[in-house]
Amino acid sequence: MKRIIRSSYSTKKALSRLFQYLVLIIATILIFVPIVILLFGSLKTTGQMYSEPYTIPNPPHWDNIISIITTSTFWNLMKNSIFVMIITTTVTVLISAMVSFVLARLRFRGKNFVFNLFTIGMMFPINVAILPVYLVLIQLDKLGFNLVDSLTGVIMVQIAFQLSGNIMILSSFFTSVPTEIQDSAYIDGCTNFDFFWRIMLPLVKPALAAVASLIVIASWNDLLVPLIVLRSNELWTLPLGTMQFQGQWSQDLALISAFVTLSAIPTVIFYFFAEKHIVSGITAGSVKG
Amino acid sequence: MELLNASKLNFKPDKSPTPRHRRKGTLFIFLFLLPALVLFLLFVVYPIFRSLYFSTFDWNGLGPATNNIGLGNYKKIFTDKVFLKSILNVFIIIILSLGLQLPLALILSVLVGRDLPGRNLFRTMFFLPYVISEVNTAIMWTLLFNANPDRGLLNAVVVLLGFNPIGWLADSKVVLMSVFFVLTWKYFGFHMLLFLTGIQNIPLELEEAARIDGANAFQNFFYITLPLLSKTIRTSVYMSVLGSIQQFTVIWVMTGGGPVNASETMATYMYRYGIVRHQLGYGSAVAIIMFLFCLIFSLLYRRLTRKPDYLTGL
Repeated sequence: MKRIIRSSYSTKKALSRLFQYLVLIIATILIFVPIVILLFGSLKTTGQMYSEPYTIPNPPHWDNIISIITTSTFWNLMKNSIFVMIITTTVTVLISAMVSFVLARLRFRGKNFVFNLFTIGMMFPINVAILPVYLVLIQLDKLGFNLVDSLTGVIMVQIAFQLSGNIMILSSFFTSVPTEIQDSAYIDGCTNFDFFWRIMLPLVKPALAAVASLIVIASWNDLLVPLIVLRSNELWTLPLGTMQFQGQWSQDLALISAFVTLSAIPTVIFYFFAEKHIVSGITAGSVKG
Repeated sequence: MELLNASKLNFKPDKSPTPRHRRKGTLFIFLFLLPALVLFLLFVVYPIFRSLYFSTFDWNGLGPATNNIGLGNYKKIFTDKVFLKSILNVFIIIILSLGLQLPLALILSVLVGRDLPGRNLFRTMFFLPYVISEVNTAIMWTLLFNANPDRGLLNAVVVLLGFNPIGWLADSKVVLMSVFFVLTWKYFGFHMLLFLTGIQNIPLELEEAARIDGANAFQNFFYITLPLLSKTIRTSVYMSVLGSIQQFTVIWVMTGGGPVNASETMATYMYRYGIVRHQLGYGSAVAIIMFLFCLIFSLLYRRLTRKPDYLTGL
């Protein structure tokens, strides 16, 4: 009797597993269809794109890829994107950590005010703010700060709109470090700065990595800020350049596929290396209570 | 040094700092807050007030703004059919996201569950679209949406099934659905990630106890998983609504808001009428209205959930 129940339970379990995998595999295929078609397209001629758009490129046709990576345009976009991404990420992580440390660890008057001020940013995301920011950029430009049509402008706006979320995430990590550590550090003569730099930052390293990975992706993929700040095409970043490229070559589907594939490769590589950090960053930011 | 002395004298340094220490502490706090505060005030807070001011002007950005028209821009906006259409579109995207995208993410998360072999592999694959840039996503799908069945995969399938080809991005009745389809492709993995984490945080004993008591999979889902995921679901709803209000890039690259404004959202409207046509006064008013939408939603969310939550501020 017992055996029968056991075996019927395990057949049921096997059936349910089968069903789970079936649905999940179908979903996976649906997700990968556009990606695979794009990859195929990047290795075809435009003629093949029209005559046999969905087949494996046979033989693969590398001309489009080669023609893109042998021109300076693509590498220039890449260079600008890398520059913006590195500066935005470094500065955002550093100054958000500084604010979070002060908010989480030190007592001072006006602390709640500062905290609440930064929460405004959560309700005023960049896509909503883009025209107001544009107004301020042209005003500052007239005052002699070179922020329109400059990568500095892109970087500063990106940082400003990354602050709120990252300060909230990092504050909670800084708060979770036990107070005993702080007490004994100060008794040993640690200054605030030493405590921040030599004790706190190393302790929250995983949180910093998580936050940094999210900023890398946000900055790298950002279209809107470069779109309103940049005019000259030698300053364009990868998403902006990709959009313009599509506008320019809209009939040459194979060439566009090759361009999009090349511009997506860095993101995908980064994702596979930093997935753990990205996931922990998103869950830290969202699943809080 | 001061701290060291204070501790020798049995003072708690934090509670009764010497005046000099306090001064130093204040300077330190000030310097640590300064860079972030300057950038934040300059590029996030100040722009709100600046556009509030310019929203009362008929101003094209050339020369000083002199023609103050009071609430004229706001009146014009709310009588503009295109703007009303863009609000309607945003609401449609919100409803579809909450009604289809989140349930889909939830169902798939439950299917992956907590211990399915290959769980992490599925998570990695489902989350991939979130990481691919919106521009690349939009272009990739534009290729698939090509109306010519010889070039666009989707119409090839439609024709194969014996139907007439559909104008995915060209038909004003269909375009919003196509856009929503792409948004779902891109964002459902994000919600899934949240749900999967939530599911893992549900105590295993609860599900086991329910199973021993004879609960089937559906009862398990409705009486245990769903209620215990409610916090995660709330977060998901919040992110989804706020994300829908500000939808821009995917739509701008795929359709530019067209055909004939059929896929316009508030953000594409603001970009087109404010920045492209350089009607900065009018665009400012649109920005203020969008800001109010976000603000009201955040406050409502806070009121309804009554939970301290960093996302909404407090």
